[in-house]
Amino acid sequence: MSTRQVSAGLHNLGPVDQIPFGEGRAFGVDGEQVAVFRLRDGTLRALSAVCPHRGGPIADGTIDQRVVMCPLHQNAFELDTGCSTTGAEPLRSYEVHTDAEQNIVLRTGRSGVIN
Amino acid sequence: MTTVADKPQDTHQRKPQSRQGKPAARRRLVVIGNGMAGARAVEEILARGGAEQFTITMFGDEPYGNYNRIMLSHVLSGEESDSDIFLNSLHWYQDNNITLHAGVRVERIDRFTKYVFANNGHVVPYDVLIIATGSQSFMPPMDGLYTPSGSVKPGVFTFRTIDDTRNMVQHAQYEHHHRAVVIGGGLLGLEAARGLQSHGIDVDVVHSGGHLMNAQMGPEGGAILRRSVEALGIRVHTGSRTTAVLGTVGTDKVSGVRLRDQPDIDCDMVVVAAGIRPNVDLAVLSGLPVERAIVVDDQLRVLDEDDIYAVGECVQHRGEVYGLVAPLWEQAVVLADHVTGADTSSAYLGSRTATKLKVAGVEVASMGLRGPERETDEHIVFSEPSRGVFKSIVIRDNKMVGATLLGDSRKVAYLTQAFDKGLPLPEERISLMFDLGAPAEDESVAELDDDAQVCNCNGVSKKSLVAVVKGGCNTVAGAMDATRAGKGCGSCKLLVKQVVEWAADGAVEEDPAASYYVPGIPLDKPSLMAAIRKQGLRSVSAVFAALAPDSGEGAKSKMGLASLMKMMLADQYIDERDARFINDRVHANIQRDGTFSVVPQMKGGVTSVQQLRRIADVAEKHNIPMIKLTGGQRIDLLGVPKEDLPQVWADLDMPSGYAYGKSFRTVKTCVGKDFCRYGTGDSTKLGIEIESRFQGIESPAKLKLAVSGCPRNCAESLVKDVGVVAVEGGRWEVYVGGAAGAHIRKGDLLATVDDPEDVKLLTGRFMQYYRQNANWLERTYAFVPRVGIEHIRAVVVDDAEGIAAELDAAMQASVDSYVDPWSERDDPLTPGQFRASLPLTVLPQVPVR
Ligand code: SRM
Ligand SMILES: Cc1cc2nc3c(=O)[nH]c(=O)nc-3n(C[C@H](O)[C@H](O)[C@H](O)COP(=O)(O)OP(=O)(O)OC[C@H]3O[C@@H](n4cnc5c(N)ncnc54)[C@H](O)[C@@H]3O)c2cc1C
Ligand code: SF4
Ligand code: FES
Repeated sequence: MSTRQVSAGLHNLGPVDQIPFGEGRAFGVDGEQVAVFRLRDGTLRALSAVCPHRGGPIADGTIDQRVVMCPLHQNAFELDTGCSTTGAEPLRSYEVHTDAEQNIVLRTGRSGVIN
Repeated sequence: MTTVADKPQDTHQRKPQSRQGKPAARRRLVVIGNGMAGARAVEEILARGGAEQFTITMFGDEPYGNYNRIMLSHVLSGEESDSDIFLNSLHWYQDNNITLHAGVRVERIDRFTKYVFANNGHVVPYDVLIIATGSQSFMPPMDGLYTPSGSVKPGVFTFRTIDDTRNMVQHAQYEHHHRAVVIGGGLLGLEAARGLQSHGIDVDVVHSGGHLMNAQMGPEGGAILRRSVEALGIRVHTGSRTTAVLGTVGTDKVSGVRLRDQPDIDCDMVVVAAGIRPNVDLAVLSGLPVERAIVVDDQLRVLDEDDIYAVGECVQHRGEVYGLVAPLWEQAVVLADHVTGADTSSAYLGSRTATKLKVAGVEVASMGLRGPERETDEHIVFSEPSRGVFKSIVIRDNKMVGATLLGDSRKVAYLTQAFDKGLPLPEERISLMFDLGAPAEDESVAELDDDAQVCNCNGVSKKSLVAVVKGGCNTVAGAMDATRAGKGCGSCKLLVKQVVEWAADGAVEEDPAASYYVPGIPLDKPSLMAAIRKQGLRSVSAVFAALAPDSGEGAKSKMGLASLMKMMLADQYIDERDARFINDRVHANIQRDGTFSVVPQMKGGVTSVQQLRRIADVAEKHNIPMIKLTGGQRIDLLGVPKEDLPQVWADLDMPSGYAYGKSFRTVKTCVGKDFCRYGTGDSTKLGIEIESRFQGIESPAKLKLAVSGCPRNCAESLVKDVGVVAVEGGRWEVYVGGAAGAHIRKGDLLATVDDPEDVKLLTGRFMQYYRQNANWLERTYAFVPRVGIEHIRAVVVDDAEGIAAELDAAMQASVDSYVDPWSERDDPLTPGQFRASLPLTVLPQVPVR
């Protein structure tokens, strides 16, 4: 997916409709792989896309309002913080929101929550 | 000797500290060795408020957190992944403010200036030092063990660490490696042999002793163990000494071993499991007292040292050196009592090692003497070699002084206690070995002493289990989580369950969650189904909103609910794709690198020239990294990136084989009567018809079927969820509840019928009954024995509950709503349904053959 840098560290990943409710999609942003989830309440969360356990594709995970479960061995990670609830190493979490045009805006670099 | 608590600074230390106030200078605790004993000692110290007294630094030669060494046998056999055996993750060290130097070895202690010197140049001061360096494998002298440069020859392994285990697995899985020799027939050697077998390696065990496990049992027990081990396909050579490891000339590859007075054995790898030696070099070099191991007193202090303690396999206490975990749990408690000053009267008086183990899948318990030693010793022996059962008990002065139990551990808890406590024994000695008459299970748990250790791996006593139950935790799973009982080798799980049930005084709550169909909705299956019907719920999100506590969704529950509702509602179900597991969202099975496998339907395992040609073309066009015949009689195209799935399906133009779902999978068949000279029924035709009828129906767990044309059973019908066998006279037997995967069970005969149409009817009716009544992920091999074949037969064959017509109609509705999921290729259901999830990685990464 091509993305557009909006301003320092902010990236426009395109329309939020690319992500169905309750699922995640992966984006390559600034050389980083980021999984963006659209919760059933419409809000977004973003975590690094590669599972620290064995490299599972986090965007393919099953989510609820709180966690994402990696599809390979079912480790779970908090969507808000990236911390694992099953004892795995944490994922990085990113700040993400939609703008007025319903585009996904993601912040990379230092300002996100860094674990 | 001064005890820690007597020191003035210590009194100061234990004053309560105000939170805001500057923390009083803490003493520096350094621990050398981050293994089971070192980490456990620190846990015990923390449990006694140690965090407020000490700043803690740990050194571990292995570059990891602390793991459960016992479980390495399971890692070797592939039953556990190496990441699952960690006891303390790196977070635990952080959370407890412990500085961990992982992968760093301490080389010297200066006990006068109180510094330790590490191999990475670190010099760290201590006030209190704990040595917990454990043991290493012993390498008996033999030729050819080492390369000219002095390193151990590649292909020769020891079995002590996670790295050893990983290296062995890697070597064993290497294509051309087929045979291993394990040197040593003790616990470790047998575990290694069994583990290697699971990688398809053919194993010989060479043991210098006269019988297996001679440290734990006498010759008779050893002989029976040998039978059990040989029955597993492991060759055993006792009384054989290995004199050399042989190598292929010109390479440093292992080619075999040479035995004294016996022919050489060819092999590709050698595992040395010939005993252990305590790691004492460090202590010797630093001038500490070392005999067989580091000598400690009853407080676990190194002899004549005020501030140095030692614990675990590296210590010698009252002349004993232990090689099992149970003693070191006891040591860690006493050590922590003294180091923290929590109980200065605490003393370690040695452990009576009663061990209960699972060796290569055989239950082994041994304690005390292996056999009678005095003329007056009573010796009671029961031996049943064909079942691999052996029991021997040695009694002296009406006290039990030794026991060996093989293959049947039912009386172990009681015997361990009789041994530990020197209890008076019943006159009728045979009751020591068997429960006569009434099932004495409850009694024996009640009799069990409070301090009796229930879980040896994690050192959990009956008392601590009872305490958590009294503390309000009255589910077995909860008590196991709270105490870690049963989470080691698992051999004590039954006893843990009994103790919890006894402690809860009958009021054991079934783990409430255990009866839930899915973890997030507090209802069992019938209530859940009733609620869904009554409230007219049609989607997974509606179920969460209506039935989950706080209306919250739960990721762990989604897949089970999606499957259940599809089964109940067929085309009335509102299919929210996020409720599905990734496999069901893209109709393919996810692989380790995030690519997918494609298994097209090949009904009954029958294919055609056209199909084969098309598959070949597709595989060529898409550069499929591996084409494989599956165990389910079809062809698997592996390593397909997600974004290529629609095109691969389009090019194949074959329906899905459902090799990814919790659903009806496949019907294996044999060729049957049209070709086979024994065939009595047209198994192929019937198999294809069954597969055509039930393709794709979802169920609580997968359904694998087979039809065989005669009782020779070439399609393995007896080990299938539903297996059909043609028998003489045009009749068909229908078996249910069989499996030959993670569990092996022969199916139960449901009925014998005359007409293939009846086979299809009963198959469908049984599967529908299963779909409606089984727990989520409960295969038929568990469901059938739980419900009972008589009951199932009554309902399914004899219609005892009058629901047969309903079951048939419900199944028919599911059959009618079948749509080939691969038709979604033309019209993806959700945006980006087949979009790559790892955009920056070059896929596939699965090996290309
Ligand atoms: C592909 C195949 C291996 C092969 O190359 O031959 C296979 C592959 C997998 N099996 Fe299997 N099993 C395959 C035949 C079997 C068989 C033999 C058979 O079906 O006749 C069995 C024993 C029969 C049985 O089920 O009792 C079998 C018993 C299992 C089990 C143990 C199930 C159990 O409850 O005892 C699992 C684990 C599980 O499902 O939890 C499993 C799991 C798996 C999974 C799905 C791993 C997973 O959970 O993702 C593998 C998926 C690989 C993939 O990408 O498709 N597989 N698996 C076979 C596909 C057959 C097919 O054509 O559909
Ligand atoms: C495969 C296997 C299966 C087993 N199964 C069982 C079983 O079923 N039941 C049972 O009771 N027991 C079993 N055991 C034995 C049990 O694992 C040991 O008794 C236990 O691990 C001993 O604990 P320890 O802390 O003394 O030694 P270890 O666990 O060996 O820990 C010592 C640690 O110290 C480190 N170290 C050593 N020297 C230094 C140094 N100079 N500087 C820094 N670090 C150092 C080592 O690298 C090691 O990590 C088994 C062992 C193995 C290998
Ligand atoms: S295909 Fe089956 S047996 Fe083979 S590794 Fe996967 S799950 Fe295990
Ligand atoms: S790769 Fe994510 S849980 Fe294993």
